[in-house]
Amino acid sequence: MNDPDNQPPRPADEMALLDALRRGDEQAFLALVTMHYAAMLRLAQMYVGSRAVAEEVIQETWIGVLQGLSRFEGRSSLKTWIFRILLNRARTRAQRENRTIPFSALTSASESDEPAVDPDAFAPPGARYPGGWLTSPAEWDTLPEERLLSRETRQHVDAALTTLPPAQREVITLRDIDGWSAHEVCDYLGISEANQRVLLHRARSRVRHALADYLQN
Amino acid sequence: MAERELTCQELVELITSYLDDALTSEERQLLEHHLTYCHGCRAYLEQMRVTLRLVGRLSTEDIPDDLRDELLAAFHNLRKSADGA
Repeated sequence: MNDPDNQPPRPADEMALLDALRRGDEQAFLALVTMHYAAMLRLAQMYVGSRAVAEEVIQETWIGVLQGLSRFEGRSSLKTWIFRILLNRARTRAQRENRTIPFSALTSASESDEPAVDPDAFAPPGARYPGGWLTSPAEWDTLPEERLLSRETRQHVDAALTTLPPAQREVITLRDIDGWSAHEVCDYLGISEANQRVLLHRARSRVRHALADYLQN
Repeated sequence: MAERELTCQELVELITSYLDDALTSEERQLLEHHLTYCHGCRAYLEQMRVTLRLVGRLSTEDIPDDLRDELLAAFHNLRKSADGA
């Protein structure tokens, strides 16, 4: 099920899970499908656009996983293997439908320099405290919890993620929604730790900015 | 801590590395020292933590019933054919 702390399963858990799947444990399969559903849906939609087609891609992915389970040798983690199948199915589907495949972190991770916070928020060089906040950021710990957890706030977070450049969107989805470690994301996307961190940093900074616009207005 | 101090503008660029525990010990000390006296950066760090919590909440998404049923059917069919082989 969805782990509130977003902890990735440990290797021992993964072995137990693999055994359970091979034994035909329906609950283990459902738990796995549920755990990764949100991230899979987002990643697939980056390629195929519509939610309906993304759901078909997810279905094809799990069938591919089940068919390949007996051949899975554990050279990569089970999770990485499953998401590689998802990526292949999504790309195949996008090609078939003549959609432009988003250039993802797999092909390019560099984007132009982009500060986390608008430079105008800080005192300019020559000021008494150059680089210091001109106005202190708002205190979010005083916001009512029901506002933070509202459906409307969720929609704003969702919308902010959707407007991110593909590579940033991929990294934040895996790290902060599906709970992958930095190392797992680097392995899966074939990017360096430094690149991964830059993409995550820009993605989180943009989402924070969008949330600030919404929560403080 | 004689060498130099971080500015707020520098600190916000180190937040992700800080939360990932990927700073050098010197950088970490500089950042944590800054936080002891800078109210604005403490508020910013809190905003970032709230952001992560809210993004994390997107991990809960209901699977449509028909998709769930089709996946379970596929699970049992493939298992049956594997047993029969």
